[in-house]
Amino acid sequence: MSVLIYLIPLALLLGFIGLAAFIWSLKSGQYDDLDGAARRILFDSDENPPDT
Amino acid sequence: MEQHSIPNDRKLSGQVNSQNDGYENFVDHMIDGESQLSVLISGVHCAGCIQKIESTLTKEQDIKAARLNFSTKRLSISWTGNDSRANDFVKKIENLGYGVMPYSPDKEQEQTKEQSRFLLMCLGVSGFAMGNIMLLSIGLWTTSGDTMGVATRDFMHWISATIALPTILFAGRPFFRSALKALKSGHTNMDVPISLALILASTMSLYETISHGEHIYFDSAVMLMFFLLIGRYLDLKARGAAQASATDLLSTLVGFAQVLQENKTVRIPIRDIREGMIIRVASGEKFPVDGVVLNGQSSVDTSLVTGETVPRDIKDGDEIYAGTLNISAPVMIEAAKAAEDSLLADIVRLMEKATQGQAQYVRLADKAAGLYTPVVHSMALLAFLGWWLVGGIAVPDALMVSVTVLIITCPCALGLAVPVVQVLATGTLMKNGVLVKSGDALERLADIDTALMDKTGTLTIGKPILQEKYDAQNFQIAASLASQSLHPLSKALAKEYKGDLINIDHIQEIAGKGLKGSINGKTVCLGSRSWCGNENSPPSNEIELWLSVEGQTPTSFVFKDQLRKDSIETIKCMQNCGINIIMLSGDRETIVKTIAEECGIVDYYAQVTPPEKFKIMEQLKSEGHKILMIGDGLNDAPTLAGANISMAPGTAIDMAQNAADIIFMGDKFAPVYNTYKTAKLTQTLVKQNFTLAILYNIIAIPLALAGMVTPLIAAIAMSGSSLLVIGNSFRLKLKT
Repeated sequence: MSVLIYLIPLALLLGFIGLAAFIWSLKSGQYDDLDGAARRILFDSDENPPDT
Repeated sequence: MEQHSIPNDRKLSGQVNSQNDGYENFVDHMIDGESQLSVLISGVHCAGCIQKIESTLTKEQDIKAARLNFSTKRLSISWTGNDSRANDFVKKIENLGYGVMPYSPDKEQEQTKEQSRFLLMCLGVSGFAMGNIMLLSIGLWTTSGDTMGVATRDFMHWISATIALPTILFAGRPFFRSALKALKSGHTNMDVPISLALILASTMSLYETISHGEHIYFDSAVMLMFFLLIGRYLDLKARGAAQASATDLLSTLVGFAQVLQENKTVRIPIRDIREGMIIRVASGEKFPVDGVVLNGQSSVDTSLVTGETVPRDIKDGDEIYAGTLNISAPVMIEAAKAAEDSLLADIVRLMEKATQGQAQYVRLADKAAGLYTPVVHSMALLAFLGWWLVGGIAVPDALMVSVTVLIITCPCALGLAVPVVQVLATGTLMKNGVLVKSGDALERLADIDTALMDKTGTLTIGKPILQEKYDAQNFQIAASLASQSLHPLSKALAKEYKGDLINIDHIQEIAGKGLKGSINGKTVCLGSRSWCGNENSPPSNEIELWLSVEGQTPTSFVFKDQLRKDSIETIKCMQNCGINIIMLSGDRETIVKTIAEECGIVDYYAQVTPPEKFKIMEQLKSEGHKILMIGDGLNDAPTLAGANISMAPGTAIDMAQNAADIIFMGDKFAPVYNTYKTAKLTQTLVKQNFTLAILYNIIAIPLALAGMVTPLIAAIAMSGSSLLVIGNSFRLKLKT
């Protein structure tokens, strides 16, 4: 059972990383244009689309 | 008047500056010295469009960033240097073939955006918490303290508590705020029991955790919160869509206008137009402000404002409204008001006001919650205090009785009473082509006693239709001429004609009059009575087009807007249900009267403007009437938004569809009556459900208070009551 001492914090850490990623994506405006991203994927990479 | 004089050489053919200047007025300056411009782009459909626009701009040396938001079609450009570069950038985009319109962000939209971010954040945090607590809960619920050891169980309880408590404090804010607001103003809503449930569940679980208890309920509390937040977020999104359409409409007011200043035509932003300015409006352009025609003849499509399909002819001295479309020829107008005071802006403001007013409606479920919450919670408290102080049993046992009371009275049956019936009813309606947009729409529809109806496009089909049969040769000539014009009457005429068209030479459209051409050297004209009609024929109230062929007597083509097939019957059915029907139309008195008589409507108002329609509705509302509004045009939109409940046909403009609570598809009017009937039935079933839920509580609560029910039996009994309510709701399926 003592393995739980490591495993649970580890699981939580992974969860926190996910949450942090979500908060970062929200703050950097990635949820502002949900339709655009789906289309930008079709850009040809050699034409250098503008950075965000 | 001095300002009315227009220099001759500029008349109607006023020289126009470049189409792209004036954007420097919309540039924002950032702290770091960069300039920024936001514009709305039209004609963006795919990835290629995004890339074309963005890469064209970023090729410019001074551009820092250019980003097109595909969802909002808004392009933001930032660059270093001169403001007037804005015009170059706009020109570049226009050269690619896209439409550009200035965009000025409005406060309300920013607020919605802020709110949606907040909810999304709460949703994300509670989703994270839910996932992690579930992970622990699986372990906790599948084994017992005996197997895993009390220490391990406590460890897991504590971790759950550490995750759940901050989450509930953070992500529960939308509910706590709304509940607090309701309590402060002295009533309750559904958020009050939700908040109490969250607080109670977490305090009890915390107590259990501290006292090495067996069960904690953090998982249920967080999950409840997560699912409720999803609902809130989707609800906000739906409301955001309605708001977006209102902003789109106002964008007709953020473009440019050609203003005549000191003998030159200058392009200035519409928002800068002041009273007395002289504006040139080309054919195909929308009038930017309300004003008076100074010079020129044209026809104007006023459908946006008055809802009428047949264009109005204008000449010198006539009034015109912002947002209406100049169809046939360029005209000069004098602005009567600034753009923000125009009728169109008034309509939008009225709509906003009306939408805000709607928020005051208290749903039946909230009313029930208002009664239920204080009674049940004080009863549970009394049970605890009674058993502990008077009954003299130990605190945990008294708490158990109290929890039993809470479980047995859990608002499940009560909470299901409304939604189950509503989901079934909206599903049935949807199959019949009726879309119910808001949850409480049917509730409000069942209460109405007065129905206001627009005429054109609502009671009628809304398009002029050619009547009777005509001489084949004349019909052919008329249709051949008409096929060259975009005028609605021409289109209607050309549509009815099924044969071959003949070739007509020298076709020209004469503003405000009609079409002219020649066949084998003979002049043929198609147009208004005064221009090419037979002046001696008896005057008629019908909408008509006249055809004159050189050397022949002119013949007329008569058009009529037709009633929907079952309008008369539907209105009779509604009147039989005791609903007072009133017709509101922007059309002429004679036409309105004919239609009203045909439908058996006693009360009607003709030639009413959109604000007048709204006023009539408000007046009736203040007299205590519950009002259903049915309409399809922008002119109906404020009234649709302000009425207790509103319906719009599927052919209505977007604004009207957004403002309406219910949309019905197809050419028939009967869905209006059918929906009303279903709403009535729904209400009956909801009331029966409430009665069942209350009956159950009346039997169960005394038993629980007496301590005769264990939590397990309480849970089973509760499910039983829920099943009973669901079963009753399904009777709707049998009856419709």
